[in-house]
Amino acid sequence: MASYGMLAEFASADELLEAARRTRAAGYRRIEAYSPFPVHGLVEALGPHRDRIPLLTLIGGILGGAGGYFMQWYSAVISFPINVGGRPAHSWPSFIPVTFELAVLGAALFAVGGMLVLNGLPTLYHPLFNVEAFELASRNRFYLCVRCSDARYDAVEVERHLESLDPLLVQEVPA
Amino acid sequence: MAKSVAPALEPTQPPARQTYASVSDRIADLVLKRRSRWPWFLGFTLALLCMLAFCVACAVLFWKGPGIWGVNIPVAWGYAIGNFVWWIGIGHAGTFISAILLLLRQHWRTSINRFAEAMTLFAAGIAGIFPVLHLGRPWFFYWLLPYPNVMELWPQWRSPLVWDIFAISTYLIVSLLFWYIGLIPDLATLRDRAKTRGRQIVYGLFALGWRGEARHWARHQSAYLLIAGLATPLVVSVHSVVSLDFAIGNTPGYHSTIFPPYFVAGALFSGFAMVLTLAIPLRHFFRLHDLITLQHLENAAKVLLATGWLVAYGYLCEIFMAYYSGDRFEMYVVKDRLAGPYAPVYWALLVCNVLVPQVLWWRKARRNVALLFVLSLVVNMGMWMERFLIVVSSLHRDFLPSSWGMFHPTGWDWTHLIGSIGTFALLFLLFVRFLPAISIYEIREQLHEQRKEGA
Repeated sequence: MASYGMLAEFASADELLEAARRTRAAGYRRIEAYSPFPVHGLVEALGPHRDRIPLLTLIGGILGGAGGYFMQWYSAVISFPINVGGRPAHSWPSFIPVTFELAVLGAALFAVGGMLVLNGLPTLYHPLFNVEAFELASRNRFYLCVRCSDARYDAVEVERHLESLDPLLVQEVPA
Repeated sequence: MAKSVAPALEPTQPPARQTYASVSDRIADLVLKRRSRWPWFLGFTLALLCMLAFCVACAVLFWKGPGIWGVNIPVAWGYAIGNFVWWIGIGHAGTFISAILLLLRQHWRTSINRFAEAMTLFAAGIAGIFPVLHLGRPWFFYWLLPYPNVMELWPQWRSPLVWDIFAISTYLIVSLLFWYIGLIPDLATLRDRAKTRGRQIVYGLFALGWRGEARHWARHQSAYLLIAGLATPLVVSVHSVVSLDFAIGNTPGYHSTIFPPYFVAGALFSGFAMVLTLAIPLRHFFRLHDLITLQHLENAAKVLLATGWLVAYGYLCEIFMAYYSGDRFEMYVVKDRLAGPYAPVYWALLVCNVLVPQVLWWRKARRNVALLFVLSLVVNMGMWMERFLIVVSSLHRDFLPSSWGMFHPTGWDWTHLIGSIGTFALLFLLFVRFLPAISIYEIREQLHEQRKEGA
């Protein structure tokens, strides 16, 4: 049967956190959790997660800064050297402000771009948006979803497991 | 599932009685449900007229050139540069609130960071227009950027004016990114709560399909925090670079090492004044007294008092250094400010920026909303006079008395200034009408942290 997964609704962040831990303990691996605000510790409860945003930001900053400095050095020393009263063409202290600004710009663009790409955004259509109750995920409800691509996924089993977590609602998400 | 509409909260109701649902609905409904009333329409009409006047003034400027302003040799920098420095400074408080206070875990920032960031964006955008208008041939503004061109020319990297365009553009882009990624979860809230198809589509497009998945949140928070960390040195660098436009030159009164910190302190001072100018009407008209509390206003007032003293230190230091240097021209700049033709401006700015803010030592004054509003306007005005005086007083009497002169503003100078204020007001009015003026998800998070519950 084509479906996205099994969705359970909870009333609070702590219940969602507990449910995520118990679902992972029950052996499920492809679990997603949805909350209206960032919940501390939720990602870890869902399984190992490596945050690659800091590294990407660093790379962006280095690229921006190095590229910015290279641009100034190339234009002032190689492409169009101007002799201003015998001062050195490679007058590095004057190159620092632009280098700094471009390093910040590169880092910020990589941080935001990396966040969007790794999150797969923009995704204007998503199966979860077909679930009417899911509107509340951006308001006051918390959701746990076991994906049907999970190796141990069995609709009846998963439903029974999620019901045991004391949710407000359990519903299958059509693909 | 039917959504229950939360009852409107009483202004005196403590935040502890609010729930995730009630704060979400309340802030979202300011945009989605609340009908605009006459104060908004009145403000909008006035701001629109000022914006149109600004457009007319710009068109005349493009047609006739900067001769329509009072600038001439020796005072070639007039209102346009003063306005630029003033506006960019106003923007800085928004970054300070959203980035530096975030890193310092000052939780009170949550209810004011969103509109302060919007203020930053609009102020920096308007600031960016002025140097371009000032160029004389504004249609060649892109010559400041490095791009492949048939003239095979590059920007002059040793010029602070080139540093400036990099600093301002970076600041604008980073402020926009910071503001936008903070908005994404709230746009999703608006998308999910909107009833009409048009709104669902528009907010849905800008929300990028945000679902609030735990890993998405982790990356979002990581990026948000990193950009806050980046914005912190950035904001200091931007106004430092702006001050270098002056300090690198050898004009007496400009050529001083105090300029970068002095400009940054002045920026925070005027920016916090503008935060108060915007927050007080916002909480009054939208009845947000329980979210933007007296404590918020009092904290902003304390920052105003502290940065006011930094600015006062800058004034003192300028006078001291002029005499300590023994340079006749530097000493003359001080004498000219105290008793020359622009002395009334100097004394007025001392009253506005140093004397009047001292009422904030009293707790009663810090908690008097009407007084704070008036004071914030006084400080805004004082800071504008300071920027004007820095730009003009050094230029009008520099070295040779035979080349001294005066600057007299024309009607177009005033039109550009007032028009830019109207444009800022217009953008802000549109912002409070179409976007959540308070960060919804951060308020929910704060509620969670406060009580660890609240469905």
